[in-house]
Amino acid sequence: MTQLALVIDLNVCVGCHACVTSCKQWNTSGSAGPLTDDNPYGADPIGSFFNRVQTFEVGEYPATQTVHFPKSCLHCEDPPCVPVCPTGASYKRKEDGIVLVDYDKCIGCKYCSWACPYGAREIDEARQVMTKCTLCVDRITDTSLPEAERKPACVMACPTNARLFGDVHDPKSEVSQAIRERDGYELMPEWGTRPANRYLPRRQAD
Amino acid sequence: MPSTPIHDPSAPPVPGAATEIRTTTCYMCACRCGIRVHLRDGQVRYIDGNPDHPLNKGVICAKGSAGIMKQYSPARLTLPLRRKPGSERGAGEFEEITWDEAFATLESRLRHLRATDPKKFALFTGRDQMQALTGLFARQFGTPNYAAHGGFCSVNMAAGMIYTIGGSFWEFGGPDLERARVFVMIGTAEDHHSNPMKVALSKFKRAGGRFIAINPIRTGYAAIADQWIPIRPGSDGALLLALIHELIRLDLVDHEFLARYTNASQLVNLDSESDDYGLMLRNPQGDVVNPLRPHNFFWWDQATNAPVSDHAEGASPALTGRFTMPDGTPAAPAFELLKARVADCTPEWASAITGISADTIRSLAHELGTAARDQKISLPIAWTDSWGKRHESVTGSPVAFHAMRGLAAHSNGFQTIRALAILMSLLGTIDRPGGFRHKSPYPKAVPPNARPPKGPDAVKPDTPLNGAPLGWPEGPDDLFVDAAGEPVRIDKGFSWEHPLSAHGLMHNVITNAWRGDPYPIDTLMLFMANMAWNSTMNTSEVRKMLCDRTVTGEYKIPFLVVCDAFHSETTAYADLLLPDTTYLERHDCMSLLDRPISEFDGPVDSVRIPVLPPTGQCKPFQEVLVELASRLGFPVFVNPDGSRKYRDYPDFVVRYETAPGSGIGFLSGWRGENGDKALRGEPNPRQWDMYAQNNCVFHYRLPVEHQYMRNWNQGYLDWAQSAGLRRDRDPIVIHVYSEFLQRFRLAAQGRHLGKQPPERLRERVERFFDPLPFFYEPLEWQATDTDSFPLHAVTQRPMAMYHSWDSQNAWLRQIHTYNFLYVNTRTALDAGIGDGAWMWVESRWGKVRCLCRHSEAVEPGTVWTWNAIGKQRGAWSLDADANESQQGFLLNHLIREELPDGEAGGRISNSDPITGQAGWYDVRVRIRPAEAGEPAESWPQFDAMKPVSGMPAKAPRRQGWMAGLMKVIR
Repeated sequence: MTQLALVIDLNVCVGCHACVTSCKQWNTSGSAGPLTDDNPYGADPIGSFFNRVQTFEVGEYPATQTVHFPKSCLHCEDPPCVPVCPTGASYKRKEDGIVLVDYDKCIGCKYCSWACPYGAREIDEARQVMTKCTLCVDRITDTSLPEAERKPACVMACPTNARLFGDVHDPKSEVSQAIRERDGYELMPEWGTRPANRYLPRRQAD
Repeated sequence: MPSTPIHDPSAPPVPGAATEIRTTTCYMCACRCGIRVHLRDGQVRYIDGNPDHPLNKGVICAKGSAGIMKQYSPARLTLPLRRKPGSERGAGEFEEITWDEAFATLESRLRHLRATDPKKFALFTGRDQMQALTGLFARQFGTPNYAAHGGFCSVNMAAGMIYTIGGSFWEFGGPDLERARVFVMIGTAEDHHSNPMKVALSKFKRAGGRFIAINPIRTGYAAIADQWIPIRPGSDGALLLALIHELIRLDLVDHEFLARYTNASQLVNLDSESDDYGLMLRNPQGDVVNPLRPHNFFWWDQATNAPVSDHAEGASPALTGRFTMPDGTPAAPAFELLKARVADCTPEWASAITGISADTIRSLAHELGTAARDQKISLPIAWTDSWGKRHESVTGSPVAFHAMRGLAAHSNGFQTIRALAILMSLLGTIDRPGGFRHKSPYPKAVPPNARPPKGPDAVKPDTPLNGAPLGWPEGPDDLFVDAAGEPVRIDKGFSWEHPLSAHGLMHNVITNAWRGDPYPIDTLMLFMANMAWNSTMNTSEVRKMLCDRTVTGEYKIPFLVVCDAFHSETTAYADLLLPDTTYLERHDCMSLLDRPISEFDGPVDSVRIPVLPPTGQCKPFQEVLVELASRLGFPVFVNPDGSRKYRDYPDFVVRYETAPGSGIGFLSGWRGENGDKALRGEPNPRQWDMYAQNNCVFHYRLPVEHQYMRNWNQGYLDWAQSAGLRRDRDPIVIHVYSEFLQRFRLAAQGRHLGKQPPERLRERVERFFDPLPFFYEPLEWQATDTDSFPLHAVTQRPMAMYHSWDSQNAWLRQIHTYNFLYVNTRTALDAGIGDGAWMWVESRWGKVRCLCRHSEAVEPGTVWTWNAIGKQRGAWSLDADANESQQGFLLNHLIREELPDGEAGGRISNSDPITGQAGWYDVRVRIRPAEAGEPAESWPQFDAMKPVSGMPAKAPRRQGWMAGLMKVIR
């Protein structure tokens, strides 16, 4: 059974935010959109983004590490956002494992965002529905795009090629190989969500 | 509860919409990636990287992906405006005018200035990339008062390297990360070549390369470095000299490379009584090679123990030793003098200055030197050098560097960067695989052949300048000074205050014009330059200068023309405000005559072709210049009968040639009647079509035997001359020792027959014009009580807003809504400042209140912030209470454009004494917590700007961009 996912290589992510705005622009005008921005030119602007990058520090000077950490819905194999949804709007596709929101059923109760341990779901204030990464399902199924471009917008954009895309259930896929060879890890495995997205850790050159 | 979804996640949201894809070139920063703009019913639906473009190969950054919000920003200026008669400059009260009126006003005023005193017209441009046109306009007008932002930004990086190796970083050259094994990034946050750097760096890391970042701060690229070496700002020169010391001590220098390809073995005149002391000895029997820049030097041949012509067949040149010429003149190879210079530059010495441990310095030198020596690359490419020797292969030492503003933006930056270029040469890495590689049009001569005019006589009414407004002096007689040795330019460029000011000094223009020193001007025209805000030092005072009047009531700068696409802080000061288009609405070229996008393997130029029609009454600034130039009858822009020659900018780009029949124009692709000539050929009327059909880019690939060692590769040099990239075809020998600097020193010592510095500047010129690099503390530290102001303050641009102003962009501003001052946690706690607390940062000159963010990723003696995030209230279509103005702040208020000079109340530019580079990062500060009861907002605050005609009166409260369905300004 296919499980599409992203593998994010923290060893080469420089925090440029290409994935953040390429996702925003693709999805705001796509079937997942529009993605509302509230107070876009005023105090405390806040808008719907499916993908965000947090940069944080680890350790004490001078042994400080600075980590750029992109995060979007991890398309969990056992997604806690699905069973809590009162309308069935939150669902996981059988054919490829993508977790989606059915906007026509969603009532914006936000229960799913409480259940998600990763903070991957945001309410769109204008439409009052929950939004999240769709793995650009409208791109990956669009046969009018050249095959090499049937990938999520963030994967196409990323200048350091820090985002890999593929089927983590296929042992021969690029993503499965990366996870094996580079010790790809789950985010917060203790929650038992079995996130499909994985992260490749930092490593030192010899 | 599984059930069939109702909403189809793949259904087109605007069914039946007309879609179209057009290629052009991005302009969100100075990288200039190839992009595809996807339109839906004529509105931008998506912008992605063009997979077929050589520069970015399909990737795109945060800014490029947010271009939609730039195009449709409510901060767009869309109408030409005139300051309302009777209103004050700075009040932002404008009335609408037509373009005809705007042109008539400009034509009449500029015609008068051109006919009477052309230098009263000054044109300064900010982050633009079209200096080939703006420079041509200024030259044809006949004014010397022109520059872009280089002097203000990083001219030291250009000059320090170009005066040494004939090339520099940015789009002119860079690290060959495909073959490097060790990569050192020093003083860099981001750079023009930003997406290619990201692509190359990640491949480099994946291939197991070792990446070392030397920077006071660990952000951005440095986050993924294998080793972060924190360093104190302004001390990089000491580190580099210590590394040179170590490499020489351990004999880890590339002898062969130095002897043959640099001037390290050339004999220097050490007769201290001679007027040629410190210059290279000249061999009257030697081959001059190029009379315009003679090459007849001496080597000392170890085999015969006698001087010989440099590059004599079979000679074994000494790098060290002290010798006596047959006529008794004492001499030594340049390398010997370098060795003596760095003898005291020990790791211990550098450690005290830089804060880096001596062990780390030793270890770094050892790593770089042994990697260069032991991991040599050999490519089976045969080539012939300029002295006739055929080489069967190209050798590489896989140690690469990248450096940028952290080294340049100091008053000691030129000598620091000379040290870097020399270090790179000692390791044998110039234009070699795995090292540093040039990009066309570089390498150029050391220095390139453009020279500024030589004196006030060059400025004549109704006459173009007889030289480029900017250039590369080789000696005192190339300075642009009057009979008293005083400056001719308004920014005092190419004067004895800073002779090698190749990029001008934008940071002193307004102050000098206001003060009338060296003279008052009439009209200041600014393009894409926010000089009343972050593109200036001493912001508050400069804003007052723009409004200051003479005793008769006229403004001290009588006429101010501002051209911009957006409602920046500077627009409020305009007398005439001209709305520029965005990059999606114009033709443009990334030209070999200016700043192209070349690859290592050959020249690349590109264009912008409009994807959208101009919004409102916006007109590309290039069209404004072509129109004015035509109306004013500049020789290049009119036919022999005086009629207008060029219909518009695209027509100019195709048909303009640098000289009649030269075949060299703004674009190098598809030249010739049949479009089959490259680089040189007759104008091709279909040239724009050819670019449009080819991803807006032209890539010329050099044959592989011309891709390396190009400073000395005769096949390449012959081709470069024939293609018009260089005037000459002589080898570009690396100047480890700079004779040109020594010439200025000799003049200061009275040992030169031509131009002499004014008395008050003799000592300064003598001190700083050292032919070998040396470390000195930045000039600002010498004017500051560093015990009272113990900390350094620096800025960076974040990647998501690099090289642009992006707060008018609804998406990008959600990434950087306001800025903190980052302070090392220990340093902040010692000062009693909590994380997230309000604080004051003060220099000798000014103070700012801002928010503190504790950080472990900054060395304890440095505080820093992201530059240009802080805005004036109401600017950029932001609400008066937007975070950019309430919490955001500028460090610029702490920095002066001038320093005190001497006892008698003199002043001098706050710049590098060699190049006039603005010393931004020299400022010294102290910090303290804000008092309880102080307002929770940044200080200083300014009155709120009002929107102007042509902008919507109010920006939307809520927006969800769905292309094809939006109401946009037309």
